[in-house]
Amino acid sequence: MTALPLNVEALRKDFPLLTRTVHDRPIVYLDSASSALQPQSVINTMARYYETTHANVHRGVYATAEESTHLYEHARIMTGRFIGANEPEHEIVFTKNTTESINLVAHTWGRANLKAGDRILLTEMEHHANIVPWLMLAEEIGLEIRYIPVDGEGRLDLDDLTTLMAGVKLVGLSAMSNVLGTINPVTEIAAVAHSAGALVAVDGAQLVPHAPIKVTELGADFLAFSAHKMMGPTGIGVLWARKELLNAMPPFLGGGGMILDVKLDSFRPAAPPARFEAGTPPIAEAVGLSAAIEYLDEIGMDRIRAHELALTNHALARLDEKLGRDCRIFGPPAGADRGGVMSIAYRDVHAHDLAQVLDQFGVCVRPGHHCAKPLMRKLGVQATARASLSLFSDEHDIEVLIEGLLEAGRLFG
Amino acid sequence: MGDLDDLYREIILDHYRSPRNRGELESPPAHRVEGFNPLCGDEVVVSLLVEDGKLADLKIGGSGCSISQSSASLMSSAVKGKSIDEVFQLIRTFKGMMSIHEALLGHESETEEPEVIDVEKLGELAALQGVVKFPVRIKCATLSWNALAQGLDEVAAEAS
Repeated sequence: MTALPLNVEALRKDFPLLTRTVHDRPIVYLDSASSALQPQSVINTMARYYETTHANVHRGVYATAEESTHLYEHARIMTGRFIGANEPEHEIVFTKNTTESINLVAHTWGRANLKAGDRILLTEMEHHANIVPWLMLAEEIGLEIRYIPVDGEGRLDLDDLTTLMAGVKLVGLSAMSNVLGTINPVTEIAAVAHSAGALVAVDGAQLVPHAPIKVTELGADFLAFSAHKMMGPTGIGVLWARKELLNAMPPFLGGGGMILDVKLDSFRPAAPPARFEAGTPPIAEAVGLSAAIEYLDEIGMDRIRAHELALTNHALARLDEKLGRDCRIFGPPAGADRGGVMSIAYRDVHAHDLAQVLDQFGVCVRPGHHCAKPLMRKLGVQATARASLSLFSDEHDIEVLIEGLLEAGRLFG
Repeated sequence: MGDLDDLYREIILDHYRSPRNRGELESPPAHRVEGFNPLCGDEVVVSLLVEDGKLADLKIGGSGCSISQSSASLMSSAVKGKSIDEVFQLIRTFKGMMSIHEALLGHESETEEPEVIDVEKLGELAALQGVVKFPVRIKCATLSWNALAQGLDEVAAEAS
């Protein structure tokens, strides 16, 4: 066995939730693609913020208000640096989650820049969060939505990309599929998009938490992701966009904090990012996100990626060895373009039943369509049981997963 | 696997492996109604034929997990040939068995007042009792029953 680059045994001690048991068994958390667990440092930092500092931001002049404003704005800088943004203070907008970030782009950039008959290009492997906002906009103003097809191995079929790109104003694609684990060639697609005059909006919910990313090299114009999938708290998401794009976009939600001036019959919006952050923002959550980024940076995203890639390869091999043809895993074979997400179909046991049996082993997986119904139709399945890895996942987790799958097979055999 | 045995009783696995009254009836004259569980993608298609105040025939289509499919199969065996009044009574009793737990969870209870559930009346259906220990699976068990109730309501509305 080759040595894994992370000291997983030590890292596991950072996650208090991993010490609990489920049905008298140690928890085996394989659902980080849905929501990650939090290290103690994130939990402590948020508690300490509430204990010592909490005040609203951008309003008070007293000491704690200044401190909370500083912490909130510092989180913006940390987040921008984490993804290699040139100007974090201008280019990072805090939202509720990835879904809201994408909706923000559709509502503001979309309404200001798209008109009836304009084309948008998505992919067949998108999460509903990157389909429905565009369908809603299409219903409203009459857009044509095209899709890059998914091939038999779960990769994007780019053979007709140039043809598909004709007349397209925006390409929306996920950097990594939440069902297939496929890591898409965003940079390559962005180059084709840009030469056709289209912008590129990337759903980074799955990739940003698991691999090093530099927006300046990615080729994206927008990048959306969520804190809770990267070991931060729920309730805060991120939209990165190039400064000149944000400057030209109309506001999203209206309210306090997003204005320069308000009169009884008119208002002037603030400059970005405040323009897109109406109302009291998720302050403690931003503080928690900073702590999560600090935690990930300390370990190193390249090492996290290497660990998860090695464990994905190991898991795919072990599942094949122990379960063989009874077990079908969707997505590309082990390799550099695959993240730690494994959607499993085992014999003809329904995913809900698989997940129910696995629960008895303490194993947390996500059954269902993973908010990607168009992709599930294409794959010809109603539901899969998805196991997803984290920096704290190890080979033992995979063995318990296999043990549970075998038991499900016996029960429903 | 104590709790699991409670959920996956032999009778449930039997109906899952060999579903009764599987298929679709020609529509018309039969009435066709679809039920979806948007959370998991399970779907059920109930075709029902009402004649002389009776549920003369019904068939079950669709696909889903063992609980949704066995519940649909058990339901089909229990209601076929019964009078519409008896069918509604059974729907109420079954949903009562399921909603005890829904009410505890603070979900809206479908029954207006908690009635004492006579599990004996449910016969084989009582095997689904174990589902209430697994609250997220209750929606799987009630999927076909909601579709049947909706279908009967639609047939009644068409007739009036």
